[in-house]
Amino acid sequence: MVRPVSIINIETVVHMPILEFKNVSKIYDNTTKALTDVSFSVDEGEFVSIIGPSGSGKSTILRCINRLVDVTQGSIMFDGHDINRADKKEIRQVRKKIGMIFQHYNLVERLSVIENVLHGRLGYKSAISGIVSGYTEEEKEKAFQILAMLGLTEQAYKRCDELSGGQKQRVGIARSLMQEPRLLLCDEPIASLDPGSSKVIMDHLRVINETMKITCIANLHQVSVAMRYAKRIIGITSGQIMYDGSPDELTKSKIYEIYQSDEGELITDVR
Amino acid sequence: MSELDIAGGLPISLDISKYMRKTRGGKIKTATKSKSDFAIKMTIFVLLTLTVYGFATFDYKNIDMARAAIGTWNNVKVLFGQPRLTYSTWGATLHALLVTFFLGALATIFGAIIAFFGALLCARNIANPYVASMTKSFVAFIRAVPTILWVLIFTVAAGLGSVAAVIGLTFHSAGYLIKAYAEAIEEVEEGTIEALKACGAGFWQIVFQAIVPSSISRMTAWTFLRFEINFTNALAVGAAAGVGGIGFDLYMAGNHYFDLRELGFITYVVVAAVIFLEMIATRIKATVR
Amino acid sequence: MSDEKMDIKTEKAPRPQDQTSVFVKRKRTFTLALLGVAVLFAVSAAVTEYDVIGGFESIPRAVSWMAQHFIPDAKAWSRLPYILSKLVETALMSVAVTVCAGICAFFFSLFGTKTTKTDPLIARIVRIVAAFFRNVPDVVWAMLLLFSFGQNILTGFFALFFSTFGMLTRTFIETIDEVSASCVEALYATGATSLQTVFHGVIPSSLPEIISWILYMIETNIRSSTLIGILTATGIGYLFDLYYKRMDYSSASLVVISIVILVIAIEILSNKIRKVIM
Repeated sequence: MVRPVSIINIETVVHMPILEFKNVSKIYDNTTKALTDVSFSVDEGEFVSIIGPSGSGKSTILRCINRLVDVTQGSIMFDGHDINRADKKEIRQVRKKIGMIFQHYNLVERLSVIENVLHGRLGYKSAISGIVSGYTEEEKEKAFQILAMLGLTEQAYKRCDELSGGQKQRVGIARSLMQEPRLLLCDEPIASLDPGSSKVIMDHLRVINETMKITCIANLHQVSVAMRYAKRIIGITSGQIMYDGSPDELTKSKIYEIYQSDEGELITDVR
Repeated sequence: MSELDIAGGLPISLDISKYMRKTRGGKIKTATKSKSDFAIKMTIFVLLTLTVYGFATFDYKNIDMARAAIGTWNNVKVLFGQPRLTYSTWGATLHALLVTFFLGALATIFGAIIAFFGALLCARNIANPYVASMTKSFVAFIRAVPTILWVLIFTVAAGLGSVAAVIGLTFHSAGYLIKAYAEAIEEVEEGTIEALKACGAGFWQIVFQAIVPSSISRMTAWTFLRFEINFTNALAVGAAAGVGGIGFDLYMAGNHYFDLRELGFITYVVVAAVIFLEMIATRIKATVR
Repeated sequence: MSDEKMDIKTEKAPRPQDQTSVFVKRKRTFTLALLGVAVLFAVSAAVTEYDVIGGFESIPRAVSWMAQHFIPDAKAWSRLPYILSKLVETALMSVAVTVCAGICAFFFSLFGTKTTKTDPLIARIVRIVAAFFRNVPDVVWAMLLLFSFGQNILTGFFALFFSTFGMLTRTFIETIDEVSASCVEALYATGATSLQTVFHGVIPSSLPEIISWILYMIETNIRSSTLIGILTATGIGYLFDLYYKRMDYSSASLVVISIVILVIAIEILSNKIRKVIM
């Protein structure tokens, strides 16, 4: 007997982008236009860097994704969820899957490194167990494994205010990894770090993106860093997208257009 | 081993368990061992214990809590709901308010003058360290005596009246402002003072040419803030020491005439004055920040 | 030739009037301020019937009187146990009031901060209520409560409770907003709930400053309760008033000395604690 077999051609399966911005606008207090008609989509596994001058809307874009900021117009889809229409419960589910690291690390400085890392699990905890720090032994072990991956095992029990900037940022990354995120948002992750620590952090982000297949979107104001680490660059000026493509096609004139300056006025021009 | 998978299969060859601290039961610990946390826990414990002990040992004098609470609620309704002057007049009340206001003003002026010179003795960047610590100890002693007691002490020597009140109020006024002015002086940039010293400027020249211009705005702000406190103090002192002013009117309405409505009226006047001063103070604080 | 040079020089040099105008302005502001203060002084003295000369004269008189009469004698020392018991009563009351007001203020302040994502309207109401309790002086509360509670330690307790509650709520809101804003953002981003954020972010980061403020208010309340004690006939204030009205100044001086020692001891202890926990 011949059993019917269905053949699925994997190549033809349409893959949904993990993140999609459709005509997103954000206006603060009815006066300041932070974003105007922003549209783009990000596939799973990409490493995107957003560049642009201060106040161009880079931070706003990131915060709209995990709804730390509400959008005025347009829609944002993450992994099938409509971010704007989601209620409190759904937002919590969404945020669980999105990790975020910040320019000023945003750690609870008085708590230990390991406690801060475990905060990444709070989204998975019920209300009560989250309050009494009911972390399981597996979760604690996994936290230590993540610390080992980032080279922080010796600092595990230190208070976070005893750490250097680079170490603090790694704690922030560890916290995000505890969430087992699909997407990692990085808001100016190396803006407060020296060149050596900056490289360490960016290398970690690259490893996380390539080996753990976590999509990365990073705001960077150092164009050279963006071009070296990201596979795709989005340039923003005054809330509007000026460039969306690969770093190779990012010409100097395009950079000047994004930063709205002339040749010789950017620090990258200085030899 | 665990359901969590930090996928990627990165080889972790370290024996990470040697970095873990475990409890006797074998559970992994997460907290740091810091002196600070221990001190916080001890302080909280001691404070809670003292609170419980306090409640256990108060002399409640067989008070009927329920009746007192209901009585208070009824009184509050009358106080805030039906204010009316009976024994005093609008004019007299306004006059009393101004008296309290100006008592506070005098205490502030005297306090500021004394504090200016006192702060010069205290500020770490221009004063002799020995003199500074002596002055600070002296000020700490002055501030340890509650204002009302200063006023009552001076009442014996100077008689009942505004002299005792003002001098009594000035003690804390000066103490507070010395600390505030000293802070403002210490914030003056070291370079400015050094530069003038290098030119050969004398002490008073440095004070008036460098320190005063740099810190005058902060000192003025502190002075206004202290005035708000002095007003409230003048009120309290008026009530407790019979010195005059709206505080005294408050006391008379409450403890002499036992008239809740008059008390309510005066309360409204006082609260309005305090809120008014608070608004000015907030505005001033904003400009200093 | 030399005339030309001179012309160029005078053209470029700034005119003397412009240079000194800054100093003239400053002098003018200074004299205006001084004048204003002098006027305020005169008006104040007039309205309050303040005898300026008498004021200055009374200071040396008061000092010499204090040196002679305001010193504890044997009778005063015999009262020491009673004085100490009243002092302890006052101190315990201050601690109890401040701790209770602090706990209530903390819960209340959580609704007034931006960190817990409460409805902005509720936050505003919280702030206004706190301002109300803060701005009504404790003396007023004491007067009101005397009617229903009488001369009882609870009168002073509740009077101080309300004003401390208002003050601490305001202070805690400021502290929480300042200290925990950044880590709270990160915690929400991980998917934590408001309550989890409070326990894991707000409390750990703001606890030291909160305790510091509570210690400060305990110290302040000991001094305030002296005055309230006079009105409510409780505590160490009552004792001072008793001796004072009897003209037993030597006993009264012992009361003052004991208060000073207590306040300074608490201040030193508080500073030590602050150094460790901050």
